[in-house]
Amino acid sequence: MEIIMSVVIGFLFMAAVYLMLSKSLIRIIIGTGLLSHGAHLLLLTMGGLGGIAPPVVAHGVEVSDYADPLPQALILTAIVISFAVTSFFLVLAYRAYQELGTDNMNLMRGTEDYE
Amino acid sequence: MSNLLLFPILIPLLFAIVLMFFPKRIVMQRAIAIAGSASTLLVGIILLVKVQNDGVQAITLGSWPAPFGISMVSDLFSALLVLSSSLITLFVILYSISTIGVAREQSYYYSAMLFLLVGVNGAFTTGDIFNLFVFVEVLLMSSYMLIAHGGEKQQLRESIKYLLVNIISSALFVAAVAFLYSVTGTLNMADLAVKIPQIESTGVLTLIAVMFLVVFGFKASIFPLYFWLPGSYYAPPTPILALFGALLTKVGVYAIMRTYTLFFLMDTGFTHELLAIISVLTILAGSVGALAYFDVKKIIIYNIIIAVGVILFGVSQLNEAGINGSIFYLIHDMLIKAALFFLVGIIAVIFGTTKLREMGGLIKTYPFLGWTFLVTAFGLAGIPPLSGFPGKLLIIQGGFEGSLFWGSIVILVASLVVLLSVMRIFIYAFWGEPKPTIPLEESTYRKMLIPTVVLVLITVILGVGAEMFMPLIQGAGEVLLNPSIYIDAVLKE
Repeated sequence: MEIIMSVVIGFLFMAAVYLMLSKSLIRIIIGTGLLSHGAHLLLLTMGGLGGIAPPVVAHGVEVSDYADPLPQALILTAIVISFAVTSFFLVLAYRAYQELGTDNMNLMRGTEDYE
Repeated sequence: MSNLLLFPILIPLLFAIVLMFFPKRIVMQRAIAIAGSASTLLVGIILLVKVQNDGVQAITLGSWPAPFGISMVSDLFSALLVLSSSLITLFVILYSISTIGVAREQSYYYSAMLFLLVGVNGAFTTGDIFNLFVFVEVLLMSSYMLIAHGGEKQQLRESIKYLLVNIISSALFVAAVAFLYSVTGTLNMADLAVKIPQIESTGVLTLIAVMFLVVFGFKASIFPLYFWLPGSYYAPPTPILALFGALLTKVGVYAIMRTYTLFFLMDTGFTHELLAIISVLTILAGSVGALAYFDVKKIIIYNIIIAVGVILFGVSQLNEAGINGSIFYLIHDMLIKAALFFLVGIIAVIFGTTKLREMGGLIKTYPFLGWTFLVTAFGLAGIPPLSGFPGKLLIIQGGFEGSLFWGSIVILVASLVVLLSVMRIFIYAFWGEPKPTIPLEESTYRKMLIPTVVLVLITVILGVGAEMFMPLIQGAGEVLLNPSIYIDAVLKE
């Protein structure tokens, strides 16, 4: 299971890097979304996928059967944060498109009017 | 156990929320923002006195036993930084009143500033590595808002790049936390300091240490991860730039200092030497930038990068002189960068441009501004008895005591570059033929100058009275050098 998850995480990171290297702003935003999904899955996998019982003390459950609650709590926080940042990024990108008239990163380099 | 260390986080949070209810009433906004940052400063002072008298303060939220709950820890180092960041926020707010403009003030500007202070103080206080991530996100979110605030074309263009860089570094942060958790099974910093020496496979831990260096390096703008900083910091107006330059990179520097002195100590021959080499390269890269541009804002922005290198070189030596010097220099740099950006902002307002070639002859019309700038410039370069000197002296001494004496030589040479780069601003802007200026009302000028001069005075006191502050610096350095003090304070509640 961990192996499959690792492959999935690697694929997500790969797709994210590919998307973020493109010129279109919307592709870049989708790329950042995939990147944070990959990071969250990594967090889940690294905590160990062994336990299946809910992490509440109960009779007749071996210690090793409990799921690790900490990565789940961490992921929840991380998901909320990345949700907020992504939605901010979308709004910012739309506003920038309105002001600058382009979503092409090549045209957003900025004028180097320094000496 | 005392709740006191939570107040520098809660007070600005409360005031920031209150400020959001009536964005259009400017007088109220200003008054409440000043009251909020001033009371944070006051609590910061009380906290510093308490930590100085009673030792390291620690509290675990929800009264869970230490490694399970989220620990908040305030040692002298973090209390000093909380105090300096609250002080700088207060001065930036005072400086903003006359410079930022009514339109921005009516759009939640002061709220964002106080939320930024929440994140910064939280990052300095937390004792849990995931909680550090959360507070860093809080301050980044406010910084996204501030960098785009006003919606000028240049700001929008640069904020997209700033946002993208920080999203990538945040994703790497989560990945690094995941690796650390899988190897050690804990994220509490004190608990990590206990568990990491027990782990035999140091290779994977070294890898994680370097990953964290990359993550924090993005925030601290070390070589080669500083590429985003000059462009992004150039876009927002001066008060925001001063706040960013003084506080944001310093959070990254603090995180590197904390992790590299508390628990990433398993292979110092590799990690700390890497840190030393990177910091020397950071100094060199910053020096090139500081000399290459004829733009006042750019010159000071590249000086941020030089200072980060100097501070981290002191940390990498892991001896008493180096660490004490880094702490002193870190506090000095926060204050002096804010003061310099204030001054540069005033100069830019007077000339209506930031280009150095279009400036000149200001010493006749604004003599006081000129001499204040000269004192600040000398302070930045580290000319005794000003505040840059004691920190740099100790860092260089630390370098000579350690194995990397050539790093100290680079810092000495870089000091000359720093002096040259700021003296060039002085020579071009204040000497020579007078160039056309924009007439400035006396009252506006005074409103901008007063917070600046007070801040410069504080840096002068920090330099001249360095002997007076040394017990605090040494106390802070002692905790960094002896992690057991920190561990005992957190785990033996």
